[in-house]
Amino acid sequence: MRFMMLVIPPDYATAEPGTMPDPEHVAEMMKYNEALQKAGVLLALDGLHPPSAGFRVTYKDRKPTVTDGPFAEAKECLGGYWMIQVKSREEAVEWARRAPMKDGEIIEVRQVHEFEDYTPEVQQAAEGFKEMHEAAQQKK
Amino acid sequence: MSERDIHRAIDAVWRIESAKIIATVARMVREVGLAEELAQDALVAALERWPQSGIPANPGAWLTTVAKHSAIDHLRRRKLLERKHEEIGRELEAELETAASFADAMAEEDHIDDDLLRLLFVACHPVLSPEARVALTLRLLGGLTTAEIARAFLVPEPTIAQRIVRAKRTLADARVPFEVPRAEERAERLDSVLAVLYLIFNEGYAATAGSEWMRPALCEDALRLGRVLAELAPQEPEVHGLVALMEIQASRLRARTGPDGEPVLLLEQDRARWDHLLIGRGLAALRRAEPLVGDGLPGSYVLQAGIAACHAQARTAEDTNWWRIATLYGLLMQVAPSPVVEMNRAVAVGMSAGPQAGLEIVDALIAQKALEKSHSLLCVRGDLLVKLGRYAEAQAEFERSARLTQNDRERRLMLALAKTCLLAAHH
Repeated sequence: MRFMMLVIPPDYATAEPGTMPDPEHVAEMMKYNEALQKAGVLLALDGLHPPSAGFRVTYKDRKPTVTDGPFAEAKECLGGYWMIQVKSREEAVEWARRAPMKDGEIIEVRQVHEFEDYTPEVQQAAEGFKEMHEAAQQKK
Repeated sequence: MSERDIHRAIDAVWRIESAKIIATVARMVREVGLAEELAQDALVAALERWPQSGIPANPGAWLTTVAKHSAIDHLRRRKLLERKHEEIGRELEAELETAASFADAMAEEDHIDDDLLRLLFVACHPVLSPEARVALTLRLLGGLTTAEIARAFLVPEPTIAQRIVRAKRTLADARVPFEVPRAEERAERLDSVLAVLYLIFNEGYAATAGSEWMRPALCEDALRLGRVLAELAPQEPEVHGLVALMEIQASRLRARTGPDGEPVLLLEQDRARWDHLLIGRGLAALRRAEPLVGDGLPGSYVLQAGIAACHAQARTAEDTNWWRIATLYGLLMQVAPSPVVEMNRAVAVGMSAGPQAGLEIVDALIAQKALEKSHSLLCVRGDLLVKLGRYAEAQAEFERSARLTQNDRERRLMLALAKTCLLAAHH
């Protein structure tokens, strides 16, 4: 099973564009990344620019509106993630416990949906989408 | 936390830490079977104490410390303590008194990698049968319990337990040293390690008999071990080749079966359902392997991964670079010749140079009486005959293929193909 370990740093919602992580903390983080890699559980990882450098697209009546960050209403926001593949939820807990996080930082861990997790109805809908897509292509 | 939660948490810690603990203890006692038992004792101690005390801050260090203590006790009891051992013992005791801090754990990382590699080489030692190597590798390196291994291989638990006990005894009787083999032996022994990992992977990828098409948990176990090995022996191109091969093959797990569990062949798979994260990882592993290949031919895993990568990189089945695949199979015939490789070369040649050229290779194989019991060769021949418009002959091949396969779902697929031929012949 796969889990996303989502990092929520404090104050990242209001961080300036171009905000860089502290090199010392990065060095510590690299050791942790290496531990995940050596254990064979790390699938992917990334760090994200702060929301002040991003934008949000909101939808009303099916119409998208683009708003540049930062977003006043957001209190918590993502700073990065790891995706790991482990045998159990407990193993994900154990890896998250070991992350060298600073005070106030949060890791939210969420399991990645496997296709088999979906109900037969949802699976069927996903299959149907593919056929619809192909039919649309042929009409063109 | 309830007692049950604690036990599950301990299982998780065990899966993460057990190989390192066993490897560390094995360096002390120089015997893998004994090391595993001493590590198990530490696990038992954790199961007794942690429900009351809670899980320690550094559970790996706790377990390692306890296991090292039992190792010292054991060495004493057996009066194996010559002066050298006593010195080690004193050093260790001093170390244990200060308890394993995080800094110590870091210092230990230096030789833990070597110890893990030794452990893997011993678990895959040629003195053991392939089944024993698989069971021991999953147990010692993968952190799987006997029950989990038994479930994965669909055999009764006592069978696996016995297999592991016998394997440990064989290693002890043969006095297999706890070391990474020296230069002249290394390549061959590494082959054995890679073969064991790939065997585990394939056991998960396609059940050879019965109606269950795949058991993906074993694929994940093999991949995990492969990724671990890639960090332990990063200079070996074949290690990265195997990892690349497994990542790319695993990327197709979701696409390999249809809604009713029926198998879907590679070229008919919905490529949108391939796992592109794993494909990316596979291609990256292949890029790690390629510069490590010397002047000679690449090894068989690098070549097979190269073939898998050709499929992975084709946006549609029609875009597949069959010329390149045919060339790679040609190289594979030079480094690891086998009728199966030649059969696959026939498929690739059939797709690039044309069905007649492919059929000639298949018929040469049949003339050599190779793969006589293989349903796959008949299926390949049937497929080439369909392309040549020889439907009646093709139908007969698919029907024979259906009689030979052990897999129920494959049988149904072959019969369906035969029926298609029957209909085509009457049009």
